[in-house]
Amino acid sequence: MVTPTPVQNADLTARFPNILIPDSRPGFSGWLLDKSNLLEFATVLRDEFGYDYLSSVAGVDYLPEGKMEVAYQLYKTTGGPGLLFKVQVPRQDPVEIPSLVSIYPGAEFQEREAWDLLGIKFTGHPDLRRILMWEGFAGFPLRKDWREPYFEEESKPYKNRWPDGKIVMAESNNIFDDNIAYPSDFDPENHTFDPERALYDSLRAFQKNEVGLNSDHIIVNLGPQHPSTHGVFRVAVILDGETIVSLRPVMGYLHRNHEKIGERNTYIMNMPYTDRLDYLASMSNNFGYALAVEKLMAIKPPERAEYIRVIMAEMTRISNHLFLIGTLLNDLGAYFTPMLYALEERELILDIFEAVAGSRMMCNYFRFGGVARDLSDEILQKIEEIFFERLPGRIDELDRFLSENEIIRSRGIGQGVLTAEDAIRYSAAGPLLRASGIPYDVRRAEPYSVYDRFEFDVCTRKHGDVYDRLMLRFDEIRQSIRIIQQAVKQIPGGPVLSVKPMYQVRVPPGEAYGRVEGPKGELGFYLVSNGKPNPWRYHVRAPSFINLTAFGPMCIGQKIADLVAVLGSVDIVLGEVDR
Amino acid sequence: MNGMYGKGILKGLKVSFLRFVDTYLDDLRWIGKRYRTPQGIAHRGSKGARGIFTVQYPEEKIPVPEEFRFIPFLVYNEGPNGEKNLLCTSCGICSKVCPPQCIWIERMVDSSTGRPKPDPAEFFIDADICMNCGLCAEFCPFDAIKMDHNYELASYGRDIYDKSRLSKSTQYYESVRPDNAARENSARAAKQAARTGVANIN
Repeated sequence: MVTPTPVQNADLTARFPNILIPDSRPGFSGWLLDKSNLLEFATVLRDEFGYDYLSSVAGVDYLPEGKMEVAYQLYKTTGGPGLLFKVQVPRQDPVEIPSLVSIYPGAEFQEREAWDLLGIKFTGHPDLRRILMWEGFAGFPLRKDWREPYFEEESKPYKNRWPDGKIVMAESNNIFDDNIAYPSDFDPENHTFDPERALYDSLRAFQKNEVGLNSDHIIVNLGPQHPSTHGVFRVAVILDGETIVSLRPVMGYLHRNHEKIGERNTYIMNMPYTDRLDYLASMSNNFGYALAVEKLMAIKPPERAEYIRVIMAEMTRISNHLFLIGTLLNDLGAYFTPMLYALEERELILDIFEAVAGSRMMCNYFRFGGVARDLSDEILQKIEEIFFERLPGRIDELDRFLSENEIIRSRGIGQGVLTAEDAIRYSAAGPLLRASGIPYDVRRAEPYSVYDRFEFDVCTRKHGDVYDRLMLRFDEIRQSIRIIQQAVKQIPGGPVLSVKPMYQVRVPPGEAYGRVEGPKGELGFYLVSNGKPNPWRYHVRAPSFINLTAFGPMCIGQKIADLVAVLGSVDIVLGEVDR
Repeated sequence: MNGMYGKGILKGLKVSFLRFVDTYLDDLRWIGKRYRTPQGIAHRGSKGARGIFTVQYPEEKIPVPEEFRFIPFLVYNEGPNGEKNLLCTSCGICSKVCPPQCIWIERMVDSSTGRPKPDPAEFFIDADICMNCGLCAEFCPFDAIKMDHNYELASYGRDIYDKSRLSKSTQYYESVRPDNAARENSARAAKQAARTGVANIN
């Protein structure tokens, strides 16, 4: 790891006098720079200014201006505000921007995503393949001139729904109508294409170790139909005996282009869609999206709503971690007893969500400027009962039940180690980062909502192995209970919405990045508005997707049987990975 | 590792064993009342729940809270001759706010003048596309579309609800969402009072 030597009175513009241009578009912030200076600039930022954490890489297609842009969001793991800078290039193919993988390996999957969906070619990227779409797919779906099958109109609401709504069933439309384009050299008669070739070529590109027995390597595919992958996730590995020597995660089986849907939607319509990202933590997703839009609209929720939001987000964290503890133990082979013990407690939290938001998992509870409805005293009473009287004891019991178990310890300790340096380099977020010993938590590093009013610890563990990640979840549950206990005691009365409820909000032009500490890590929403009712760009920094960047390095050298444990400890939800 | 190997496992087994015993103790404590009774179901979802947690659906059902939402319906007032007067004015807000765009409304047109009337001629909800988000009910200015509680909608075919299938009476609405209905009724009454100039209705 390169130790950052912070420059005293560091001034970016003094260090880069001619190459940094402030982004002066109304509503925009950060810096613009030319792509030829990108690598040098990023290296200096990391080594001299201490911006060691590349949080988000978001491509934007500015079709009317004829430009493509990549917006980079950098942070320091020691805390403090971030740095946003952008590189713009003309929109003519090939759209090329130097890759930052050599400086920030955490950019690997995010750059692949931008290539896959926007067609931005990152020169120098070690493994630039499609990631969510399949190899062989033609076109770049997030470009503004790309149209999906079943395309109706550029943006919702669609005009044929009202006032003359003659119902048409979507499936009766011809999806291969005028919005499908074949590549010029496409000949369906003689088309042979091996979509897996690029994957296996990439998989085979590893350093062979000639020491030891000269045994055969075999390729094994885990998933996408495999119970331990928590959904439709696939891992392709090369094994030397039982040892993993090369690994590539394969994803996109649940890809629905959430971001494209989000750009067709109006702002409020996206709220229920965010529930479906990480469907175990819908309140957190609502939170991040609401923060981003509120930044754009320059509104703030009232006090009571802030407290309700915090209570809901922390309850979500607890229910998510309980679920993780259960499924991880399932992955380790402790079939369903720990899982059901954990789910019992989660059930009580979901009952509260159901009473408050109307749904157990798809909460759709946050609104711009507050929350959808007030918390009744009855529900507050129930929250109090559960979080003061029941859950602390139950978590202790679960802890007693699991943490000293010799089998769990031997399956967990020393397995899938992610060092602190690597965790930062690979942009790991949330529990994955903290289990490696980095005390970075958005709630503390850049407090949002009313998190600065509560006492809680940012939990860390030292070793960054599977066992530490499991134990860290217990620590975090206890801290969340602490926050909820304080919030329930302090919650003020008053309204829960600071603006008039509107079915179509007015959002001034500009950009905003709203981020929260979700249960799986930093969840960010990068929004670009052009003043229209629907966002021009809607990008999700999905923590479990980016956490998978470190998954390969963690597994190399492990036995194949431990891959399942490592994956379980990363905590992925495919709704968010594939989006 | 300090101590005897296997101590952690034994400690865990003790937790399991106590839970096992608890199951029977709780059954004894609630003998005859724990299963298939409303208070038994409520007990299994309360802070004091111990033992078996499971609710044996479909023999037992957890009552849904008032805010529970599942597929919208249209509220109508019953007229003196049994006619169904929908509160809907076919303003189109629900259809404009619907995220998956599953609401289709055909506005009624006065056949003699050709001008639109504030009434839906047809109203469709594609229930297979509906994501149960509840935004239509939330933003309806006339309290005409509300979210239902009935979640047992399994069917063999494609479910498109038309106006007649969507229409449900005010009484039904008041029975599934009593608090909301009371709140809306008093707000409406206050509005009415303000409009007619009556200062105090109490």
